[in-house]
Amino acid sequence: MDWQGQKLAEQLMQIMLVAFAVVAFLTGYVMGSFRMMILVYAGGVFLTTLITVPNWPFFNRHPLKWLDPSLAEKYPKPQPQEPVVSKKKPAKK
Amino acid sequence: MHSFGYRANALATFAVTILVIMCAMASFSDTFNTPSPTARVEVLNINWFQKQLHGNDEVSMTLNISADLQSLFTWNTKQVFVFVAAEYETPKNSLNQISLWDGIIPSKENAKFSIHTSNKYRFIDQGSNLKGKEFNLTLHWHVMPKTGKMFADKIVMTGYRLPEDYR
Repeated sequence: MDWQGQKLAEQLMQIMLVAFAVVAFLTGYVMGSFRMMILVYAGGVFLTTLITVPNWPFFNRHPLKWLDPSLAEKYPKPQPQEPVVSKKKPAKK
Repeated sequence: MHSFGYRANALATFAVTILVIMCAMASFSDTFNTPSPTARVEVLNINWFQKQLHGNDEVSMTLNISADLQSLFTWNTKQVFVFVAAEYETPKNSLNQISLWDGIIPSKENAKFSIHTSNKYRFIDQGSNLKGKEFNLTLHWHVMPKTGKMFADKIVMTGYRLPEDYR
């Protein structure tokens, strides 16, 4: 999963869960059934899990463009690289 | 969010947090319900009234208990526990409570009932104070919600009196 995909997955997860919670609560309250609320919410959590947890292809639409190794070896090591590369390295860990 | 485990963990944590909030809201929604229960208890007969060998008074009576507790039930109510207690004052104790009958109401459909019964639990005084004693019959109930705090209330019915003599 690439960087954009991770952001998308997190946002999708939060929005979907809150939306399902609101729908579940309203359904349960209107129907007067606590069971209904739990069932709707459980279904929502299951669906959200299916969508946001596996590494689906649409989370990988922005792959990182690394320098070709042969190209990198032409330059001395300590030379500062492009800001994009140096920024990602510590975050990736 | 970079690995399967991280995403699964984040989702589970957030889902449970929201579930807690939903349960709290469900519990809070109970405060909008203003119950108006009614109850009536009749003493149909004093079956017998005697002094036990060691000196305590005991009464057996036939009761007709009718109540409509349907308004106690909301979407967040699991069940209601209800009991009828005889309450009276003696020189030694300002309040004596004796449970005579109890029951568990599992659903709103069962919350309107009329029961003809003799006292389920023995009505025994600690001493011999029951002759001609005036007492209250109180219908207590405890509402057990699916989530949230349990709460209780009661209806006090006054003006009952035991016979002046053993029989």
